[in-house]
Amino acid sequence: MGLMKAKPAAQQMRRRSSGGRIDRTKPVTFTFDGRSYQGYEGDTLASALLANNVHLLGRSFKYHRPRGIVGSGSEEPNALIRLGRGAYAEPNLRATQIELYEGLYAESQNRTPSLKFDIGAVNSLLERFFPAGFYYKTFMWPASMWMTYEHVIRRAAGLGRVADDHNDPDRYEKAHVHCDVLVAGGGAAGLMAALHAGRSGARVILADEQNEFGGWLLAENDTRIEGVDANSWIAGMVADLAAMPEVTLLPRTTVFGYMDHNYLTLVERVTDHLAERPAHLPRQRLWKVRAGQTVLAQGAHERPLVFSGNDLPGVMLAGAVRHFINRFGVLPGNRAIVVTNNDDAYRTAISLNEAGANVVVADLRIGASGPLITAAKDAGIAVMAGHAVTLADGNHRVARVEISAVNEGATQITGDTVHMDCDLIAMSGGLSPAVHLHSQARGKLAWDDRTLCFKPSATHEASFNAGACNGSFDLGAALREGARAGVKAATAAGFKAFTSIETPALDTPKQSWRPLAAWKITNGEEPGRGPKAFVDFQNDVTASDVALAAREGFQSVEHLKRYTTMGMATDQGKTSNINALAILADALGSEIPEVGTTTFRMPYTPANIGAIAARDIGHLFDPTRLTRMDEWHRANGATFEHVGQWMRAWYYPQEGETMAEAVNREVLAARTTAGLLDASTLGKIDIRGPDAAEFLNRIYTNSWLRLGIGKCRYGLMLKDDGMIMDDGVTTRLAEDHFHMTTTTGGAAGVLDWMEEWLQTEWPDLKVYLTSVTEEWSVATLSGPNAAKILEAAGIDIDLGASSFPFMSMQEAHLGGLPVRIFRISFTGELSYEINVKARHGLALWTLLMKAGTDFGITPYGTEAMHVLRAEKGFIIVGQETDGSVTPPDLNMNWIVSDVKADFIGKRALARASMSYDDRKQLVGLMTTDSQRVIPEGAHAVIDPDQPMPMEMLGQVTSSYYSPNVGASIAMAMLKGGHSMLGSKVYFPMLDGDVIEAEIVEPMFFDAKGERING
Amino acid sequence: MLIINCPHCGPREESEFACGGEAHIARPLAENSISDAEFADYLFLRDNPKGLFLERWRHSAGCRRWFNIARDTVSHEIIEVYPMGALPRKKDALATHAASWRRDTAAEKAAERAAQKAQKPAQKPAQKPARQKAAAKKAPGKRGGK
Repeated sequence: MGLMKAKPAAQQMRRRSSGGRIDRTKPVTFTFDGRSYQGYEGDTLASALLANNVHLLGRSFKYHRPRGIVGSGSEEPNALIRLGRGAYAEPNLRATQIELYEGLYAESQNRTPSLKFDIGAVNSLLERFFPAGFYYKTFMWPASMWMTYEHVIRRAAGLGRVADDHNDPDRYEKAHVHCDVLVAGGGAAGLMAALHAGRSGARVILADEQNEFGGWLLAENDTRIEGVDANSWIAGMVADLAAMPEVTLLPRTTVFGYMDHNYLTLVERVTDHLAERPAHLPRQRLWKVRAGQTVLAQGAHERPLVFSGNDLPGVMLAGAVRHFINRFGVLPGNRAIVVTNNDDAYRTAISLNEAGANVVVADLRIGASGPLITAAKDAGIAVMAGHAVTLADGNHRVARVEISAVNEGATQITGDTVHMDCDLIAMSGGLSPAVHLHSQARGKLAWDDRTLCFKPSATHEASFNAGACNGSFDLGAALREGARAGVKAATAAGFKAFTSIETPALDTPKQSWRPLAAWKITNGEEPGRGPKAFVDFQNDVTASDVALAAREGFQSVEHLKRYTTMGMATDQGKTSNINALAILADALGSEIPEVGTTTFRMPYTPANIGAIAARDIGHLFDPTRLTRMDEWHRANGATFEHVGQWMRAWYYPQEGETMAEAVNREVLAARTTAGLLDASTLGKIDIRGPDAAEFLNRIYTNSWLRLGIGKCRYGLMLKDDGMIMDDGVTTRLAEDHFHMTTTTGGAAGVLDWMEEWLQTEWPDLKVYLTSVTEEWSVATLSGPNAAKILEAAGIDIDLGASSFPFMSMQEAHLGGLPVRIFRISFTGELSYEINVKARHGLALWTLLMKAGTDFGITPYGTEAMHVLRAEKGFIIVGQETDGSVTPPDLNMNWIVSDVKADFIGKRALARASMSYDDRKQLVGLMTTDSQRVIPEGAHAVIDPDQPMPMEMLGQVTSSYYSPNVGASIAMAMLKGGHSMLGSKVYFPMLDGDVIEAEIVEPMFFDAKGERING
Repeated sequence: MLIINCPHCGPREESEFACGGEAHIARPLAENSISDAEFADYLFLRDNPKGLFLERWRHSAGCRRWFNIARDTVSHEIIEVYPMGALPRKKDALATHAASWRRDTAAEKAAERAAQKAQKPAQKPAQKPARQKAAAKKAPGKRGGK
C-alpha cells in the first residue's frame, strides 16, 4: 500500500474544464481499493472515480465478471461498495449514491484476491455449466451436505461483507410524524406538488434520496424553465418551499416503505456525507410518517438494452452518462457509442458531443426521425438508423463494438456489420416508471403499449402519482401533473388549495417518448448462443437464463423470479424487471401484460437495521422489572434469571459454592429450618363485583360459589379447548371481592383473558378486574421454623393451626407493618405468603431475615423453589404443560367440577379425543442410578435397543437432584403414563449412553402431607 | 399498519391494538348436546376471507376495551367500527354477517337455545350476553349461502 500511495494516480483526467454542480475550489482526497484519488466537493464516489477514469468497480454476484458503473443514482445495480473501516464498515452501498468527503475510504467487493485478478471469474468460463437454477439442480443430494455447499456458495456468490465488529458504534434516531401530504421524490413533479400543496397551508414533507432536490433536471443543461436554466429554477422552487413554515424539506432521505393506511418509512442520512460528524447528530434517522395523502413522484428508471457484452465496465445508461457530464463535469469516455431505441438518448449524444467526445449513434429504429435526431445530425454526430450494438467486447472495460444493421425488433442481423473501437457505450432501452412505492402499497399496474412501460393504476391508498413515475415523461406534463397532484392531495387532506395551476413556460427539446420494442438484441447466433447478454446485472441473470427458465416450466413470473433470482436482492429489479418480463413473454409467445409483474417489496433501497432499531437496543430493547427487594438480593450475591421481563433471584451462592451446592443448601434449609423467597413477581389480580364468585366459577374448573371469606383455593384455568392455561391460588377477601394470583409469566395474559370473557361473552356479569401485581411485595416464608420467625418478628395474630388454618388468609401487623398473610404452600412445608404494600417490600424482607437469624432462615431463589415444588409433585404451568395438557392428563380430575353446568373448557374436555389411552400423562421418575439427573427434555423409550427411528413415549419436563430425598427426581409426560406405574423406561443420550428410570407417582417427599402444619 | 378508530379513544396506531380474530361466533354451552364435529365449528374453524371480514379487536395498549370492526382484508379499509354484542349497520357488513356459513351451524343454534334459556330465569335485569344477543337477533337479508 505504501508503494501505491507513493505513486499517486493521474488526477481527474476525465474531468471537464468547467461545468457541473461541483465545487472546484474544494478538492477532496479519498481512497478506493488502497489507492488515493482526488475529486471535488459535490461529487459522488461514482463521479469522482469516473473523473479518474476508473470504471472497474466490482465483480458480479455469480460469474465474478468485471463490472462498472451503469447508472447514476439508486438504480445502480453493479457498483456496490464497502464503505468505511473497522466497526464503521458498511457493505453494498451504491457508489452512485455515496457523497464524497475528505478521507472517504472505499473498497470493491466480491473479489479474491484483487479486483483485476479474481479467482471466482473461472465461474464465467464454466457458464455453460452454471445456468439458471444451477444451485437447485446440482446441490440437491445428500441433503446433509447442503450446509457445506451453502457455506461455499455463499462465500463465492455473495454481495459484500459486513463489519467484522458487529457492535455498530453509530447512533440512530427515530421520528414519528404525522403530515397532511407526503411527497416522495423532489424532481420536477415533486417540487411542483410540494409547492402547490404547501401553498394551502397543509403540513407537507418533501423527501428526496439525493443530496439536492431537482432529480433529473439537475443534469438537463438543454432546458430552460420560466426563462432561466433548470438549476436556477430548482433553486427558486426550493427557496419558495423553504420559506413555508409547514413544509419540511428532507434531502438525503429515501422513502423506502409504503404500508397500509398511508404509513410510510423514510430513512434520512444525516451525517453520512460529512468528514467530521458532529457528536450531537445521529448518523441516520428513521422517519415513520403517517400521511394524510401521498404524492408519489419518484421519477423513472432507464432500461438497459440487452445485447451481448452489455455488462462490461464502460457500458452505461445513456441518461446516467448525461448526468455525469452535466451535473458532475465528468466525461466518462472519449469514444462513445450511443445505442438506443428512443429519442431521449440523443440528448446524451449531444451532451457527449459538446463535451468533446467522438460520438456514433446506433438507433434500432429503422426510420428514426424527429427534431432531436436532426439536431444531433446537425451537430455532426454520425447516426446509424436501423443499427444495433450486437456485441461489446473488451477486457476490464469496453474497447470495441460490433454494430450491425438489424430488422425491426433487432432479432436478426440484416446487413453489414462494422467494428469500432470505443471506450464508452451509452445505452437506452426506454424508461420504466419507478412504481415501487405504489406497488408496495399493493397498487395495481397497467401496461402502456405506447410508452412500453407499466404505469400505476388503481390503489387502495390515499395517493396520487405524478410525473415520470406516472409514465408522464415529458417535462411539461410532469410539471402539470405535479402541480395538479399537489392541489388534489391538499384538497383531499382538507385544505383549500389554489385551483388555478400555472404551468411554467418551457424551453426544452421536443421528443417522442415512444421507444421501439426490441427486448433482446441478436448477436447473429442462435438464441442462447454466443456471449452473454445480461438482463439483471446485480443477480447475474442473462437473457438465455430467462428463456431457459421458461423452457423448464418456470413460466409464471413469480416462479421465474425465484428460479433465476431476477429482480431480487438490494436492486428489486429497478433496471431489469421489464426487460425480463418482455423476454419471458417472448419465450412463452405471450404479451407482457399477460405475463404480469411481480410485486415490488420493501425496501426501495436497503435501509440500515441500525436505523430501524434506533435506540431500541441493548438494555432499552425491553423493559426490565425489578422487585422492591432487588437491592437486598444484589447486595447478598444473588444470581438472577429472567422470568418474563422480571429479574428474579435464582440462587444465592456463598463464597466458594457451586450452583449445585448453593441450591442444595437452600433446598435443605427450607425443610429443616426456614427458607425465604421473594415471590413479589407472582401475578396478582383484584376481582370485585357482585358477580365475582360466579365469574370465577366460569373461569376456573372447580367450584367457587361457596368459598368462605378469608379462605384460599387453588384453581386451574383452561382455554375453551380444555387445555390448561394457568393456575394459582385465589382468596375471597369479601363477599364480592377476590384476590387472584397467577404465574409470573402469565399475569398479563390471564388479565386479558378474563377481560375478554367479561367484555365479549358475559357482559351481564358485574365484575371488574384490576392488575395489582406491582401493588404488593411478597415474601414467602417456608419451613418448620416459619411460625417461630413470625413470632420473633412481632406478629399480632394467633398462628395456631386451628385459628389460622391452611388455605386461609389473615390481615395482621408484622413488626408494625400492615400485612396480608396467606397460609398457602408451594413447598409442602408450613408456609406463609406475606403480602405488604409494595413500598414496604424491602423493610419486610430485612425484618424477616433479621428475625430469622437465630432460626436458620435462608434466602432461596427460583431454582430451589423449583426443586422444592418438584419434591411434592406440584406442576408448573408452562413446564409440565405446553398447551396440549388437560387436567386428567395430570391426574387432576379432583379439580374439575362435575356439577357445574359450564365453565371454560368443560365441553371440550368431553371430546372423545380427550380420553384416548395414548395421551401423554404426568408421571414421576426415579433413576436407577440415584445420583444421575436426567436432562430436561430427554425423550423416553420403552426399549433402548430398538432400531431407529425409536418410538418416543414422551419427554422429561422437570428433573433435579433432591437433597431431601437424597436422589435424582424427575417428572415426565409419557404416553399412557398413568397405567405404567412401576415400569422401567429408558432415556438414550446423544453420546450413546442410556439412563434407566422407574415410573412412580409424582410425589417424592412427605407423601402424606404431614409437614404442612409445621 | 392500520389506523383503527377506537370507539373510546379515537384513531390510534394498530400497534396499540390486538386482533381477536373472527367476530360473531356464538358459544354453545357444555350442556348443549351437539356432536364433537359440530362443536369443532365453534372451537376451531375460523374464516379467512378475501374481502370484507367482521373481526374483534381490543385496544390492548389503551383503554383495553373490545369492539368489532368490519375490515376489507384486501384493501384494509375499515368500513365500520361497532360495539361488542351488536351487529354492524353498514349494508355490506350486515350482509357479510348474514351470509356466513356459521349462521346455520348446530353450534350457533345451540348457543341461541342457551341464550333463550338463560333469559327465562330472568330475575336479574341482566343484558343478554353479547355474542348470544347478536346471534339471537335475526339478521335481515338472506340467510345461508356460503
